[in-house]
Amino acid sequence: METAYFIETIIKIVVILLVFSALAGFGTYFERKILAFMQRRLGPMNVGPFGVLQIAADGIKLFTKEDIVPTNAVGPIFKIAPVITAATAFMAAAAIPFMPQFTIFGYTVHPIVADVNIGILYILGVMAVGFYGPLLGSLASSNKFALLSAARAAAVFISYEVVTGLALLAPLMMVGSFSLIDFNNYQAGGVGDWIIWSQPVAFVLFWIAAFAETGRTPFHLVANDHEIIDGFGTEYSGMRWGLFFIGEYANMFFISFVIVLLFLGGFGDGSVFGALMFLLKMAFFFFFFLWTRAAWPDIRPDQLMWLCWKILMPLAVLNVVVTGFVMMF
Amino acid sequence: MEAIAFYTFAILTTVMFLITVLTNHALYALSALAAGMIFISAFFFMLGADFLGAIQIIVYTGAVMALYAFGMMFFDTTRTVVESRTSPQIIFGLSGVAALTIVAIFVAPIISGNITALYPAIDGVGNSQMVGMVLFTKYLIPFEVAAIMLLVAMIAGIVLAGKKMDQSLTLMKDEVECETKEKENV
Repeated sequence: METAYFIETIIKIVVILLVFSALAGFGTYFERKILAFMQRRLGPMNVGPFGVLQIAADGIKLFTKEDIVPTNAVGPIFKIAPVITAATAFMAAAAIPFMPQFTIFGYTVHPIVADVNIGILYILGVMAVGFYGPLLGSLASSNKFALLSAARAAAVFISYEVVTGLALLAPLMMVGSFSLIDFNNYQAGGVGDWIIWSQPVAFVLFWIAAFAETGRTPFHLVANDHEIIDGFGTEYSGMRWGLFFIGEYANMFFISFVIVLLFLGGFGDGSVFGALMFLLKMAFFFFFFLWTRAAWPDIRPDQLMWLCWKILMPLAVLNVVVTGFVMMF
Repeated sequence: MEAIAFYTFAILTTVMFLITVLTNHALYALSALAAGMIFISAFFFMLGADFLGAIQIIVYTGAVMALYAFGMMFFDTTRTVVESRTSPQIIFGLSGVAALTIVAIFVAPIISGNITALYPAIDGVGNSQMVGMVLFTKYLIPFEVAAIMLLVAMIAGIVLAGKKMDQSLTLMKDEVECETKEKENV
């Protein structure tokens, strides 16, 4: 039993690493294609059929490029920062149940690496650690634009962590558990049982905060091209920059999984249809990230703070209070 | 297995906090502090207190992040900070005495064997539920008092920072720019 569990866990970890890395690669391709179609362009076309092999070309480029560490940068921290971003994005995936459990050759497989009963807290914690990647990278690279990016990263992190936490509090009160599997089972009855119907405000707030946490447009302030070059990434080159990139895309996929699990029924009752729907719903949220990038301009940092503290946070608190009263009476 | 994990994390935590104390570099100190705080959560996980472990990570990453913000404001974080120590002996003596006192306080009940769990863990009840039970029975008053203290601190913060809050900084800057442009035109 012990060895079987050990081997199973290692296999699951390897599968998640491979799948998420591949997803991050394909994510860049999808993003370029979808943005291109929305702007009436073709996007990558030359490498392979419909430009699919562009991912491989980019990979070769990133791996073989010279890795430059600037003279004035703080070496060790500059080097470790991209690893933090990528590693936390993969670590967070450990607490996600990707599929209902299934039996293969008489052996029951739980497609989740660590079934901890505090799954949601673990995810929040790992996401919080993930913010250290851009922050440390920008502080260590001794670059003005990077420093601006660090200031923004700290401000966004401290503000939007509050919104995420408060938005999740109301559904947590209803389900009464921190486990993502319990969340899924709570909504297993079908579309009518989804938490989105009883907690629409929490859903929208969490969704908005997800854009801030992943640093996507319209909250792409940490690495805003037209103001601060690439922010924390300005001094990075080669594979270290690539790690930031992988981390960003893995995070987008990961947060799409989390939104579906928390508010949209997850994999439902555990049938094959439910598992397929889970992936489809996840794909929609990933597509939505790209859609907003094509459709919306970036907002200013002060507007971001205004939105967080004057609109989202009061709404989240009200939502918690109202949920409490409804549950009590 | 548990012993290996314990000693690994014990060494890692100690090394991280030593770096925090001994380095002159603000960025090293802050990063080591954050890493140490995260490694401490491993002990909670090993003892089966998952809830406290996760809370440790969430609270301290946020808290150290605020320290980074201060570091950014006061130092050039890529340079070493020159500290002025007037008397290293006094610093060494005071910090040593403080550390020994804390060790004595925590070790005393263990040595006398007087340590008992007032609220022993209940079988079949989740971690977070147990914390909630103790928090809302035995420690209800301290919990509420802490909430009131935080409220007071929040209101004080708003009052201190809230001067001229009705004026928009962005609009003010625009006015200044307009004025200079007008002067230039004149």
